[in-house]
Amino acid sequence: MRKRLSLSALVALGASLVLPGLASAQGQGVNIVKGELDITWVMIACVLVLLMQAGFLLLEIGFSRRKNVGAGVAKILVNLSIATLAWWAVGFGISSLTGNDFFGTDGFFFHNGQTVGSGADAFVVGGADTALMLFGMLFCAVSLAIVWGTTLERIKFSAYVIYAVVFAAVIYPLVAHGVYGGGLLSDVGGKPVQDFAGSSVVHLTGAVGGFAALLLLGARAGKYGPDGSPRAIPGHSMPFVGLGVLLLWVGWYGFNAGSTFGTSDNFFAQVALNTQLAASAGAIVALGVIYLKTKSIDVGMAGNGAIAGLVGITAPSGYVEFWAAPIIGAVAGVIVVYGVLAIEKYLDDPVGALSAHGLAGIWGTLSVGLFGSPRLILDGASPGVYYGITDGDFAATLGQFGVQAVGVVATFILVFVLSYATFAALKATIGLRVSDDEELAGLDVSSHGMYGYPEVFIPQEEYPVSGAPAPHVAGTPVVSQASPTPTATETPAQLLRRG
Amino acid sequence: MKKIEAFVRHEAFEPIRSELLDKGFPSLSISEVKGSGRQKGIVETYRGSTLTVNVRPKLKIEVVIEDKDKATVVETILKHARTGDVGDGKIFVIPVEEAIRIRTGEEGDEVLQAHPEAEVAA
Repeated sequence: MRKRLSLSALVALGASLVLPGLASAQGQGVNIVKGELDITWVMIACVLVLLMQAGFLLLEIGFSRRKNVGAGVAKILVNLSIATLAWWAVGFGISSLTGNDFFGTDGFFFHNGQTVGSGADAFVVGGADTALMLFGMLFCAVSLAIVWGTTLERIKFSAYVIYAVVFAAVIYPLVAHGVYGGGLLSDVGGKPVQDFAGSSVVHLTGAVGGFAALLLLGARAGKYGPDGSPRAIPGHSMPFVGLGVLLLWVGWYGFNAGSTFGTSDNFFAQVALNTQLAASAGAIVALGVIYLKTKSIDVGMAGNGAIAGLVGITAPSGYVEFWAAPIIGAVAGVIVVYGVLAIEKYLDDPVGALSAHGLAGIWGTLSVGLFGSPRLILDGASPGVYYGITDGDFAATLGQFGVQAVGVVATFILVFVLSYATFAALKATIGLRVSDDEELAGLDVSSHGMYGYPEVFIPQEEYPVSGAPAPHVAGTPVVSQASPTPTATETPAQLLRRG
Repeated sequence: MKKIEAFVRHEAFEPIRSELLDKGFPSLSISEVKGSGRQKGIVETYRGSTLTVNVRPKLKIEVVIEDKDKATVVETILKHARTGDVGDGKIFVIPVEEAIRIRTGEEGDEVLQAHPEAEVAA
């Protein structure tokens, strides 16, 4: 983690040592307060990023049909929890600023007082490092949540569980190590891939995982007509979708502005404004484009547009000036609409994750190479092509754009190969997809033994019988309940089908 | 006139609707209903507790037709709704005394005729 861990080491340094020039009690106190203020902001950002899980939950459930809503709840809770444990035990170590160009080798089973790394970059785990490790963990959980948007309403729950372990322990940490942990992508021919908060590392990674799953999983029953033309399968709650989008939008303040890892120069506020500008541009432009195409003010596409703007600005949010943010968001808004329409012809992606996270993530990563501002970019990087044209070294800026592209391609290949292999192994062994009957009945009743929106009435047999009289229902004679409860030995899905 | 009231599985509806449309019966109503028949209830579990729900979701299709069309419509529904398993549903045929189109006040079999294309607002 080029930025993350080197900064964490810096924070630890600031808290424990006193710079020569400030070798007074007062200077030391200021340093301590500054360090703690930085970490306070990181912890607030952690909470905001955690809130994004609620956003994903509502977005995905809103885009699902009524019969699959409980499955979404179980999925988010289980995945968040698996990502947490896997990151703590293994993932953080692989992502950390240790080891070689490909993976980190230190920091497993993260604990207080642990020495992580060796040489100049080594640090002993304390509170500040814990905050940064937690921040990385929640990023990993966001990336994992993105994967499943493509798989709604038909994937087996066991696939969630097994892939989540692989993803959080290996796949995501490898990508994070490559860009943030001093891996190959942090030095491509002398230039680093610049991805401030993870358009590529988090969003493209998640979308590519979803892409691999989708190729092996296939479309939902009824998605494509006999002539192969795509049909809409409307979700059951647009208010949920809207609330999900807005929760994600709020969470993105932590995601992007939190990636400053501190409050120095109040720079985090500038990152937040970039984020806000791009999201707004994305929503408006996506809505405009879909209106021109279909003459309807498409609610779902407005949501996709806002997400695409947010994903697009994620990589450049700390590297570009305010004027560039609406441009980046607007282009993301165009991309998402055409992406959704093009992808839907061949692949059934219920929430538009491939476009909103994948294509917009690619665009966001590349856009740093177009608009990266000389005053903000990483050490060793060149500014964006825009600055190369206006005043500067055009070849160098083009080189930086190429490096950004290398980052995209490398991330895509790495994540796709590992994810496809994992899902293919799952498909060959326990299977990836529920049976047709289960899909028809809905995952709620077939996998989770209940309806997400249950009945409001309860049969009398179900009331407690030990001694207490059955409740009397108004208007019915009070008689003993002799009729036996039907005994069921089949699964709910079989029952639904065969009776 | 007859009213056909059919209780069918959800997935049977779309083929029934499109074939009825092809055969010239565009007008129908559906409702999502819960009911019990010879199919067993569903045992649900909520946080470890079980709950037997004795009624199952079905779709009710209602279509009013002229007497002579009864066999056509019933056969269409049977064709698509029958899987051979318990729980395929039932069809009821009910006599209809009167029919009135609200917009024009027309009565009787007239009401069952589809509108000419020109008359239909988009």
